[in-house]
Amino acid sequence: MFISITTTGTDAQPATDLGYMLHKHPEKVQQFSTAYGEATVFYPEVGNQRCTAALLLEVDPIGLVRRSRGRAPTSRAGSTGAAALAQYVNDRTYAASSLLAVALRTVFRSAMKGVCVQRPGLAEQPRPLTVLLPAVAAQGEPSRADEPSLVERLFAPLGWQVEAVPIPLDESFPEWGTSRYLRLELTGTLRLADALQHLYVLLPVLDGAKHYWVAPDEVDKLLAAGAGWLAEHPERALIVRRYLQRRWSLANEALRRLELVRLAEAEEREPEELDDAMPPQGDATDETGTGADTDADTGTAAHADGADTAGDAGDATAGERPLPLAGQRRAAILDLLRADGAARVLDLGCGQGELIGELLKVRQFTEILGVDVSAGALAVAARRLRLHRLPERQAARVRLLQGALTYTNARLRGYDAAVLCEVIEHLDEDRLPALEYAVFGAAHPATVLVTMPNAEYNVLWESLPAGRLRHGDHRFEWDRAAFRAWAERVAAQYGYRVSFQPVGPDDPEVGPPSQLAAFRQAELTAATQPGTTHTTHPAAQPGTTHTTHPADSPSRAAEGSDR
Amino acid sequence: MTESTDPTSTDPGTGAEPTASAPAAPRRLPVTDLALVVLVGTSGAGKSSFARRHFAATQVISSDFCRGLVSDDENDQSASADAFDVLHYIVGKRLAAGRLTVVDATNVQPGARKQLVALAREHDVLPIAIVLDVPPGVCVERNRARPERDFGPQVVQRQHRELRRSLNGLEREGFRRVHHLRGEAEVAAAEIVVERRWNDLRERTGPFDIVGDVHGCRAELETLLDKLGYRLVRDEQGRPVDAVPPAGRTAVFVGDLVDRGPDTPGVLRLVMGMVAGGHALCVPGNHENKLGRALSGRQVTVSHGLRESLDQLAAESPEFVAEVRSFIRDLVSHYVLDEGRLVVCHAGLPEKYHGRTSGRVRSHALYGDTTGETDEYGLPVRYPWAEEYRGKPLVVYGHTPVLVPSFLNNTICLDTGAVFGGSLTALRYPERELVSVPAEREWYAPVRPLVSDAPGARDGRPLDLADVIGRRAVETALHGRIAVREENAAAALEVMSRFALDPRLLAYLPPTMAPSPTSQREGYLEHPEEAFGSYLAAGVRQVVCEEKHMGSRAVLLVARDVAALERRFGVAGPGAIWTRTGRAFLDDQELTAAVLDRIRTAAESAGLFDELATGWLLLDAELLPWSLKAVELLRRQYAAVGAAAGAVLPEVLDALRLATERGMGGLAELTERQRRRAADATAFTVAYRRYCWPTEGLTGIRLAPFQLLAAEGANLAARPHDRHLEWLDRLVAADAAAHPAEPLLRTTGRLLVDTADEASTAAATAWWEKLTAAGGEGMVVKPLASVVRGAAREGRPGRLVQPGLKVRGREYLRIIYGPDYTEHLGVLRGRALGHKQSLALREYALGMEALDRLANGEPLWRVHEPVFAVLALESEPVDPRL
Repeated sequence: MFISITTTGTDAQPATDLGYMLHKHPEKVQQFSTAYGEATVFYPEVGNQRCTAALLLEVDPIGLVRRSRGRAPTSRAGSTGAAALAQYVNDRTYAASSLLAVALRTVFRSAMKGVCVQRPGLAEQPRPLTVLLPAVAAQGEPSRADEPSLVERLFAPLGWQVEAVPIPLDESFPEWGTSRYLRLELTGTLRLADALQHLYVLLPVLDGAKHYWVAPDEVDKLLAAGAGWLAEHPERALIVRRYLQRRWSLANEALRRLELVRLAEAEEREPEELDDAMPPQGDATDETGTGADTDADTGTAAHADGADTAGDAGDATAGERPLPLAGQRRAAILDLLRADGAARVLDLGCGQGELIGELLKVRQFTEILGVDVSAGALAVAARRLRLHRLPERQAARVRLLQGALTYTNARLRGYDAAVLCEVIEHLDEDRLPALEYAVFGAAHPATVLVTMPNAEYNVLWESLPAGRLRHGDHRFEWDRAAFRAWAERVAAQYGYRVSFQPVGPDDPEVGPPSQLAAFRQAELTAATQPGTTHTTHPAAQPGTTHTTHPADSPSRAAEGSDR
Repeated sequence: MTESTDPTSTDPGTGAEPTASAPAAPRRLPVTDLALVVLVGTSGAGKSSFARRHFAATQVISSDFCRGLVSDDENDQSASADAFDVLHYIVGKRLAAGRLTVVDATNVQPGARKQLVALAREHDVLPIAIVLDVPPGVCVERNRARPERDFGPQVVQRQHRELRRSLNGLEREGFRRVHHLRGEAEVAAAEIVVERRWNDLRERTGPFDIVGDVHGCRAELETLLDKLGYRLVRDEQGRPVDAVPPAGRTAVFVGDLVDRGPDTPGVLRLVMGMVAGGHALCVPGNHENKLGRALSGRQVTVSHGLRESLDQLAAESPEFVAEVRSFIRDLVSHYVLDEGRLVVCHAGLPEKYHGRTSGRVRSHALYGDTTGETDEYGLPVRYPWAEEYRGKPLVVYGHTPVLVPSFLNNTICLDTGAVFGGSLTALRYPERELVSVPAEREWYAPVRPLVSDAPGARDGRPLDLADVIGRRAVETALHGRIAVREENAAAALEVMSRFALDPRLLAYLPPTMAPSPTSQREGYLEHPEEAFGSYLAAGVRQVVCEEKHMGSRAVLLVARDVAALERRFGVAGPGAIWTRTGRAFLDDQELTAAVLDRIRTAAESAGLFDELATGWLLLDAELLPWSLKAVELLRRQYAAVGAAAGAVLPEVLDALRLATERGMGGLAELTERQRRRAADATAFTVAYRRYCWPTEGLTGIRLAPFQLLAAEGANLAARPHDRHLEWLDRLVAADAAAHPAEPLLRTTGRLLVDTADEASTAAATAWWEKLTAAGGEGMVVKPLASVVRGAAREGRPGRLVQPGLKVRGREYLRIIYGPDYTEHLGVLRGRALGHKQSLALREYALGMEALDRLANGEPLWRVHEPVFAVLALESEPVDPRL
């Protein structure tokens, strides 16, 4: 990777002062060993009018891979981030990134401190400077053209004039668009020390992935390099968060399973595409300890807002808070479970355990089994619920279990109720019959509560482009009629009665944002019929009494094989 | 029924007063080597010293010791309850582990003994009582010498009364042997004789020929024994009375020799002769059991099958019938053979029953684990014990007729319904080869039709989580048991359940393939000579080199028509195309259908459906261009690297040029290095660009099929590669004929090579060089015969040879190892291939297993099991660049 710094001058104040300021003689080629490879400083241009110093960092890609060995790739930055360190096909050797920041600090340490032994006055003088980075990695550029670019937001407030030209990915394939690299030219009249400190802090911020393990002293480094300018910077929050982001991600790293990352690799995909139950990097939920709600709908709004999953959800959605719909949904579920007198409850697709947290607060629920297919989500749930710190009696009420709802599972049998809260739409529609059998047929709890988005309501969702689903992983969304038809068919097939209720404001035209179906085993409903709205009887068989029992349906062998 | 009851040693309650210390002849007390020995005697009777004298210290658990453990005081009677808890716990653990255990406590109260008998029963071992009946006076005297036993003589008196009262009832309490030692002298003179269990034939290491249910099919048995190389011995009437095995071998019969078939006496005569002659072992089946009871005059319901036997035996001499009766009576429920590696029984046996001796074990061995229900044919429903079997020993059994025997969790059922017109099957052990002969006719109408099935899942059933999750071992015909670790299964579950296609369609996932051993040749990391060399070293001369197409791996299930797919897979549709992790290859269903339609049409006109008598085909292929599926990866990684390099390196060279021109010295080497890097970066971009081109609908898409994996009833992947290529050439030709302007299908270039012939390998190397120079990815070298094993050793089959080795081109490898990889060859040559090679073999064997099971019409969960395991193994940590 490469950077050049040019200054202009006059005979009175010659540009060659740059040599003194950098502590590097303009007529000598100087080499330095840095942590990531050899750095060479040389001067392509030396004159009183114009002087350019160049730093070439030759990163050893093999060494880079070795260094990162055994470390989990970061979750967010994907192959352009730390994950890329594990790959030999690696932009780190070319594009300016945090590695270059480290090299700048190593090679120009004195200059960065503003120390100039031979000509002490020089360091204090602002000089006209041009910094050229032919390829700089810049993550998180805005998707909309009318927004200022991230480099603009970072450097302009510091007195730089920013010229950033996106580099096309491949001129043979214009349809691939531009790369995440910019040719960046910064011009301004600044003290050289300030310029170097800006680069030292902001290159990693632009890069979005710090390449090395964040040490405890990283905050000190940031404060030192940011002294005098960071506190006043309008984007300081973003700078601090992104500079230190790996600190927050460390805890998440521990939860990430390499097995899944490898399967993503086999599929030539990003790990987070498979493991989207993991909290996004930089999510400080666990640090704050307040159990801040990162429920599905918050995420939904972020997706809907056009912010790429890889982007800063926090940045993009600031100012627009979604409805606390998830809370309403959980309240509705809790009410129904209470009314049914359920004690042993399955939370199928429990995710990070939001509903379980609510269930734990109600003593009626004596046994709560949370099931999710994502082992990562379960680990987060265990942490958020603080299972290891709960009093014994409380902890004994909860268990978390990895499981997939397209497989029957003997451990799910015999429960009073099962909740499928915003779950079925994450399954391909053609796989639903397997879930139906596993839940309604094989597990066969007395009550089943199913919620899902009402697709009709999406038109009222301002930030959601027409035709888009509410979440990247939603395989389908149904309108009220489709949901009702499905629920009634399932109820008839497995011996349940079903009733429906809205969740959230029930718009006269498009209905509520979320819809809920409450299934109750047909033989039980006669006794306890709670006063919910829209009660529907199994439509397929008026008059007949619920002849569908799981024992008659698909397979008795499955019954026999339950253990 | 116990197998080890020895009535002669049972002598409780003769009523005789123990005589004072008259010199006694040595009493030999037989004790089975796995038993719970309960010492019964008053305090001071000498139990502890008796135990010390006859058993190892660790075999004896004393209540005093346990009291000490829980209370620091061996005589603290207040700690007795806890002490006995501990005692029972330790005894339970020892019995579960199959260890002879002696309980040293007074055990004079029935309550105390009852718990111990229950413990023995729980672990299916024999409870044995040894009563140390020593006069109270002697005991009191002994206790007096031990100051810590400060209880009065009345305690011993009471204990003695309790002991006397107990004597008569010990057998009734459940003790299978009671040794009553009267007086000090008998106690002192007693000798313990440890007897082996009758089912323990560990020292018999075989090799064995294990024969499935014969059911009176004498002719078939003769044919089978002949096929196995046995020499039949006949009596003067020409009836077979023995069969002499080939050197060193022994036949083992899994029972059900009798009933239903045409010649039960003939079968018995032959097998009884073989057993008597030491040429065979035999375990009883439920049919022997019932016949034995009938012959002993017990009340039995004479069913149809038994009626035949009784009628046939009625024509035999009374002596013969008596022999049959005693033969059956002496049969041992099951045998543990070959150092514990093999268990043979009639109806299957969970591991915890292996080598155990109890009524429960016997009934399990004879009848299997029934649920108590009956199926629609009135036959008992069996618990699928084999599905849960995780034991080390191979369990070979019969009892449940199956169409095709198959290994399941290290168990195999050999009953192939000979009497129902199926076949009579034997398993060669340890070779694990199946040998069978067809039935001459249907001798007896089956109650329910013989269906292809694996044990325990006759009707098939929905997939259950227990089939895939947790630590598992999948049996494969090619590579034995393949272990799947829990964390890998967990990752596979996420991918399988969230992203993969319906498992009913997903009958196969492609295995990974190892690269050729690393080349030391200048400038190369991989080169054909290492691939040829390693096949030659493995004894493989005929190999085929196949052009490697650079796209994305795709497996295609092509239906001849919608109904054909539904009939076979339960899902109607044109078929499916999936990736290496089981995802739908294309998001666009119409495009998927269009691709499938083209292949279907080509297969139809090439006559493949008819020739293979199938309604569907399963193909392994590469779908091109690479950019079709991997466009995101290309954008984020490959093109990005190229773009960054392209932006920065010209600037670097420019700056270096300016500095040099200005007279700065010492930059020559650096400049040269940067020039090379720039050239490498350009080469890198050129390399990936070759595999990218735009597509629009079908236009631009190419499919290069390289293997026809399966068709109805056939695992075609086991056929030689030239056969595959011939089929596929016809497919490609048919497509080209129908669509000359833009054919979808691409031919796979190939070359047959003799690895021992230098001219041949040189020609192939030249071919590879030409291929890769033109931008090709490289080639795959495969043994022409597909499945090849190394030389067999010690009767065990040889190791599987790698089914293919990839030899990738020099330029292509830039995409894998990075633009500058040619600068770092020295370091890269240190790559370790062992894990990748092992993974390739395991995944290949699993893939073949899935295809075998599919071909055999096994139920879905059986096919899904190895497919899932391939996915799980893909998450093992192995260098992804290999």
